[in-house]
Amino acid sequence: MDGMETTLEELYTQYPDTVKKNRKKHIVIKSAADESCPQIEANTRTIPGIISQRGCAYAGCKGVVVAPIKDMITITHGPVGCGYYSWGTRRNKARADSTTPKDKIYSQLCFTTDMQEPDIVFGGDKKLARMIDEIVAAFHPRGINICSTCPIGLIGDDIGAVAKAATERHGIQVLAYACEGYKGVSQSAGHHIANNNIMQNVIGKGNERKPGKHVINVLGEYNIGGDGWEQERILKDCGYTVNCVMTGDASYENIKNLHLADLNLVQCHRSINYIAEMMETKYGTPWLKVNFVGVEATNESLRQMAKCFSDPELEKQTGEVIARETARIEPALEQFRKICRGKKAFAFVGGSRSHHYQHLLKDLGMEVVVAGYEFAHRDDYEGRQVIPTIKSDADSKNIPELHLKPDEKRFREGNEYLNLSKEQFEALKKEVPLNYYEGMYPDMKNGDIMIDDCNHYELEELIKKLRPDLIFTGVRDKYIAEKMGIPAKQMHSYDYAGPYAGYNGAINFANDVAHTLTTPAWKMIVPPWERIEEPDTGKQEGASDA
Amino acid sequence: MLECVPEGKTEHTTGKINPAKTCQPIGALYASLGIHGCLPHSHGSQGCCAYHRMHLTRHFRDQVLAASSSFTEGASVFGGASNLKTSIKNIFKIYNPDIIAVHTTCLSETIGDDIPNIIKQSEIPEGKIVIHTNTPSYVGSHITGFSNMCKSMVAYLAEAQGETKKEQVNVIPGFVNPGDMREMRRIVTALGVKLVMFPDTSGVLDAPLTSKYQMYPEGGTTIAEIRDSGNSEVTLALGAFASNAAADLLQEKCGVTGIPLKLPIGLKATDDFIMAVKDWFGADIPKEIAIERGQVIDTLIDTHFHYQGKTVAIFGDPDHVIAMTEFVITMGMVPKYVLTGTPGKEFEVTVTKMLDEAGITGSRVKAEGDLFDLHEWIREEKVDLMIGTTYGKYIARTEDIPLVRFGFPILDRAVHPLMPVVGYRGCLRLIEQISNALLERRDRDALDEDFELVL
Repeated sequence: MDGMETTLEELYTQYPDTVKKNRKKHIVIKSAADESCPQIEANTRTIPGIISQRGCAYAGCKGVVVAPIKDMITITHGPVGCGYYSWGTRRNKARADSTTPKDKIYSQLCFTTDMQEPDIVFGGDKKLARMIDEIVAAFHPRGINICSTCPIGLIGDDIGAVAKAATERHGIQVLAYACEGYKGVSQSAGHHIANNNIMQNVIGKGNERKPGKHVINVLGEYNIGGDGWEQERILKDCGYTVNCVMTGDASYENIKNLHLADLNLVQCHRSINYIAEMMETKYGTPWLKVNFVGVEATNESLRQMAKCFSDPELEKQTGEVIARETARIEPALEQFRKICRGKKAFAFVGGSRSHHYQHLLKDLGMEVVVAGYEFAHRDDYEGRQVIPTIKSDADSKNIPELHLKPDEKRFREGNEYLNLSKEQFEALKKEVPLNYYEGMYPDMKNGDIMIDDCNHYELEELIKKLRPDLIFTGVRDKYIAEKMGIPAKQMHSYDYAGPYAGYNGAINFANDVAHTLTTPAWKMIVPPWERIEEPDTGKQEGASDA
Repeated sequence: MLECVPEGKTEHTTGKINPAKTCQPIGALYASLGIHGCLPHSHGSQGCCAYHRMHLTRHFRDQVLAASSSFTEGASVFGGASNLKTSIKNIFKIYNPDIIAVHTTCLSETIGDDIPNIIKQSEIPEGKIVIHTNTPSYVGSHITGFSNMCKSMVAYLAEAQGETKKEQVNVIPGFVNPGDMREMRRIVTALGVKLVMFPDTSGVLDAPLTSKYQMYPEGGTTIAEIRDSGNSEVTLALGAFASNAAADLLQEKCGVTGIPLKLPIGLKATDDFIMAVKDWFGADIPKEIAIERGQVIDTLIDTHFHYQGKTVAIFGDPDHVIAMTEFVITMGMVPKYVLTGTPGKEFEVTVTKMLDEAGITGSRVKAEGDLFDLHEWIREEKVDLMIGTTYGKYIARTEDIPLVRFGFPILDRAVHPLMPVVGYRGCLRLIEQISNALLERRDRDALDEDFELVL
């Protein structure tokens, strides 16, 4: 414990005082002495000049939530870059299904108004409207999203008016997202902006409930590497009807019917909790935080879900799926454990994934010693009970909060969705944490570090001081870690593999991690002509000494 | 694949669908990485910097470090001066670079932040340097941004120490890979001429893994070298779009003669590059270079029937596409579609002239185009081969055309940043890639009775 505090104090010495004061609040060491999670500062401004991994509101809105909707065309309104960088780089896979034929999928295309200097000077509204007209004439999409980038907000283009007029002109929904990159402090602002728009304008527009006894949505699952498909496979096996995986491989058609499901599952808490919460308010739909990353975590999520419906057949089928799938993958996992056991890791990914992956790593006998997020809020670390105590600031106030009321016609009590009596529902809530997320903290061990908006300097120092065996992070950090002799896996894009969720994902992940740890080159870093002088190269070469 | 793309001619006059360019700041960031001990800095929202670092990292598979002014809404309204001053102070204290190279973004340009003035008001430690360039994302492309940062290196750093020039050549390499820059250096050094190449990302973005981490790797042009570029006799500006602006300023500011050349990709362009050095310095052509050229001729003769007469679509950055067009003409191929996303009529003029001189008719040439245009052309009349960036893979798969990956970015193949396509050795690599792509296709499509051992 003391050791870790000393480590951090040494790390802070390089910082100017103002930076030190700021950064200390973003870093927490878990301690047995603390009864609950100490307050961690999160969702506040990044200090200028600090090499943060954070992105912007546009990335959170367009890149994360909106673009995966496969049957809508998303136009980036702005200069060319933002649309270009978010084109095909997030691995949210999509394919045709019963509601969406191949010719209505636009996931592999990039649309941008490519604003030029005269457009900045004289306004881009007309250009945007013209582009919408051309796109409708050529592609006939079911709906269009417009996502604006930084200069749009400054020059005052009224994208809402353009969208409204285009909706009337073409008879399809055209949605405007004012997700300029400077809004808020990270991607998080964009998630919120996207959630608000979809909630207000799309959810509830449909009236076709998919047939099935237990119809569910998976919210906050983006189908990276096919994660959503693996979850659907398992959920269908258990007896559920998946109405919509949101927004990975989601269609506009299905999102319209989101309110017709019995239960919302929440996978990524940060990016989608707004919709879960707003649907609870407006329609009464209960939601359950789940985690399908990790074998035990998947099993536990499935068990909790089954309890929600109080359906013996569902519980039986769930039990069978858990037993069958766990038995199927266990022998292979055991082989990988021989390589992975005892390894220490850092995890910096996602809006719940740094938490989720701790479960999968535990399955493999590994442990996370440092974990954090780029864009989380306090509740993602500390649990949702802190939400009422979170102070809003100038940056968070810029993102509108929707104050929804229960829908007069369609609101139903949570117990009705689950076909339970009120008493049963109350009893269920004691057993299953409905409409709640406990955050990352409870799953961390004493002495572990939680770090918000970890920057390059902190990462470099923590690697040097703690010498982890493996780092799970994004592409920007990956090669930095590797240059230091530490294997690293990109966890935003899985080094282009996957799925990593569910049972098949656990095997894929274990296999990939084992390869990363044991690739023979790690043992050959020191050239032969230097080995005589330096026989003991320690960790740098022994990353795979299993 | 791409079933949603409409058949036949569509009206596409506004915006871009599948752009063949990106924005200025990423080019400026890349150029800055070619200065030794430099931390690039993006003056705008942190999302820009995050995207640029991500994109460059994916192409190079190596660390790309840069800082950001991390604008919030307040900075966007009141201006980013205080963000930039704080950034400069923090960067020198925490990351300790020799130099910070600031580039702007569409956000700070729209606000109208006066960067030189803000730099003047900033705390800069003794011996440290801050330079800047303006890179509005709504003008030009990433190539323009690269060009602007190269020009700013000259504006801020290059100095002429009197009338007498040193017997040395400046090479402005263009937006090419570190492997290409290494090869350019090798060729000029082989000719016995001292050179200053800037920027130079070799040793930065192709740095070895030793497990001894360096935030600022050994590579990159030193500040002293860039200063000294003002004392060189001559500057070779490789690629008009990326390099001419810096060479022109060097001529104007320091009286260094600028010679505009193509990127030395292909036989003729490499000949021109080597002859420019030879003619200016009276250098002897060493035997190793002569042998390399002879090997290219030998290979072209040996392999011409693999590719001669085949039609090809070339797309990507203007300097790359111009040089590649010249080379495929040398190879006897027919450049049917030639497209860049970067604006500039001189691209169309240059390429059209090459085609005319080669007697090739019926080709389409376009600057400021996009891959939707290219796809429409290909659907009208197919080509045998595509040469360009990774983004072409969707069209290649849809239309079943082999794709040779060339230029920036290549996101789905590795090792390419280390393997030069410039110089005579680069010719061999390109011939091999083009040949193999067509032969793989021939093998794939051959009937059993036509499937042959020797080709």
